[in-house]
Amino acid sequence: MREVAVVAFAQTRHSAVDEGLSEPELILPVIEEVRRASGLRTFGFTCSGSCDYLAGAPFSFVSALDAVGAWPPISESHVEMDAAWALYEAWVRLQHGDVDSALVYGFGKPSQGDLRQIMTLQLDPYYLAPLGLDHVSYAALQASARGADRAELDEIVRRSRAAGRANPYALDLPDPEGDAFAVAPLRPYDVAPPADGAAAVVLAAGDLARSVCERPAWIRGIAHCMDSHYLGMRDLARSASAAEAARAAGAGKAQVDVAELHVRFSHEEPILREALGLDGASAAATEINPSGGPLAADPVMATGLIRIGEAARRIIDGAAGRALGHAASGPCLQHNLVTVMEG
Amino acid sequence: MPSEAPPETPPEAPSEVTAPPGDPAAEHVPGHVADHAVDHVLEFPGGYTRTTGPVIGRFLTELRDARIVGVRTADGRVLVPPLEYDPATGEDVTGEFAEVGPAGTVQSWAWVGDPRPEHPLDRPFAWALVRLDGADTALVHAVDAGDARAMRPGLRVRPRWRAERTGHITDIESFVPEVTRITSPVRTEYRLRPGRALTRFLEGVARGVLLGCRCDSCGKVYVPYRLSCPECGVAITEERELPDTGTVTTFAINNLPDPRAPQVPFVSAYILLDGADVPLIALVGDVPAHEVRQGMRVRAVWAPRQEWAPAPLSMSNITWFAPTGEPDAEL
Repeated sequence: MREVAVVAFAQTRHSAVDEGLSEPELILPVIEEVRRASGLRTFGFTCSGSCDYLAGAPFSFVSALDAVGAWPPISESHVEMDAAWALYEAWVRLQHGDVDSALVYGFGKPSQGDLRQIMTLQLDPYYLAPLGLDHVSYAALQASARGADRAELDEIVRRSRAAGRANPYALDLPDPEGDAFAVAPLRPYDVAPPADGAAAVVLAAGDLARSVCERPAWIRGIAHCMDSHYLGMRDLARSASAAEAARAAGAGKAQVDVAELHVRFSHEEPILREALGLDGASAAATEINPSGGPLAADPVMATGLIRIGEAARRIIDGAAGRALGHAASGPCLQHNLVTVMEG
Repeated sequence: MPSEAPPETPPEAPSEVTAPPGDPAAEHVPGHVADHAVDHVLEFPGGYTRTTGPVIGRFLTELRDARIVGVRTADGRVLVPPLEYDPATGEDVTGEFAEVGPAGTVQSWAWVGDPRPEHPLDRPFAWALVRLDGADTALVHAVDAGDARAMRPGLRVRPRWRAERTGHITDIESFVPEVTRITSPVRTEYRLRPGRALTRFLEGVARGVLLGCRCDSCGKVYVPYRLSCPECGVAITEERELPDTGTVTTFAINNLPDPRAPQVPFVSAYILLDGADVPLIALVGDVPAHEVRQGMRVRAVWAPRQEWAPAPLSMSNITWFAPTGEPDAEL
């Protein structure tokens, strides 16, 4: 396996409201920031992650290339997924050995539409989407199947929001309160607050990584696995695919100092801790979502990439020796990507 | 993939309708910051055309005929709804279909208090994972249970079919709980006469007097008036008028509506009229329910005399008993 590292990461100050920036305008500053941090102007490969349904226009990601500068033609790709999977594609591309650097970015403007309507469109078009099953509803089904403890969920949200208030890129949200339900058993504050935002990462291989970054976050393991898409054909109380991805990425080989988890609903945190081996006494030293995680800001389609970026940043700045970035996609933690990085 | 992008050559061209802002003049008001927002709709007229394949097609065809089928996997499990592959192994399914349900069991559920326009029901309902009888997997659908308190794991449910079915998952409008109870209305009519003693007492009430009696044998004073002493079993002949003041000996706060009470909660109390040995049951009013107590001194509140009904005889001349404000009595 070729040595590849995260050498630069940048994100926007995510906003709960539309601040009037187009997608390229949202992306441009973070691209500039990672170019500055890495000293690289051009890249061997460029890959982005976004969702056309968020913009309401087919091939909207093509116009986002305006922020990158694609002439003369660059080697470029896109995933209709969270940009964490664009990072995975870029990592695979760097394994080929003919290019040494990759630019990865993701962006989303959920403020433009109704996220509960949009997220229904990702579901099975025969059995699930026609029911109008929205993402808060299916998450509530999972929380119910898990039998999540209310006090534990409240504490997860309180801790995440407090961490978010200390994070200049996340939203400024008060401690959770109120006993209304979004869809029972989930309360409105159990749901990650959608935000407009973008993020960018530069990956570099071997000597190039060492030359552009004092302390690269070396990717020692990266793997993704998927459960059945149909909610009635798997145990919703657990995430078998997250556990398998963590095993394949070697997450359990040593102590994890920091884990950034793609927790879009508070009950997903205990499911993920269990699946990723971050539960129990031996894992007590792992700091979970010091950024506040998605419960403090969910710039949809960039959120997973930000988990990898936040984990990598703590290695790059020397705060952590070994970090885990997790990204999820699909209904009820269907698809999980685990990235293990070391200094 | 988190969403499905439109295919490169959609069967029908998408219509993107972008409307101009409602009030273009507003942008020119000095000091007004125009947000230049427009409404935009992404819609595929008539919707996508999707082929079903043989497995999902069979399920939807049976659904149109109000039957639910699953497909058997190589290891004998029945997948409902059927898929072309076994999600546990990735192998092809056998192609053998088995009718399941129509009844099933709720495994877990989530309650929607505030349905969205896209949801299958326009009133509060549950999403549920329903394992249909004979299936090894659960179907996701809505349960029209009326109230979240009606939902529980293990709840038995059955499909409510749409009259017009087209071969679509929404041919099942929703699931509904199995019948486990019925409501039995009970109502019979009677014509009552009060009896001689009660007639005598109510005649007293009709002219503003509370009539009791005294047993010659044991000396106890009873109210309402009666013809015999329940302790001694002897006839009573001595009538005695009693005052309309007394003391609460015990009481109950009633939270179920009663046609004889003005509102809930209401207080019904045993009131020992001054000079009587047994209490009278009556309403207590003009006081919050939680302030009523044993030993409280009360007086009858008579309805205005012009409202006194001449017939039939009843207690309605006394609205209720109300506190007098005197210090509590020792009981």
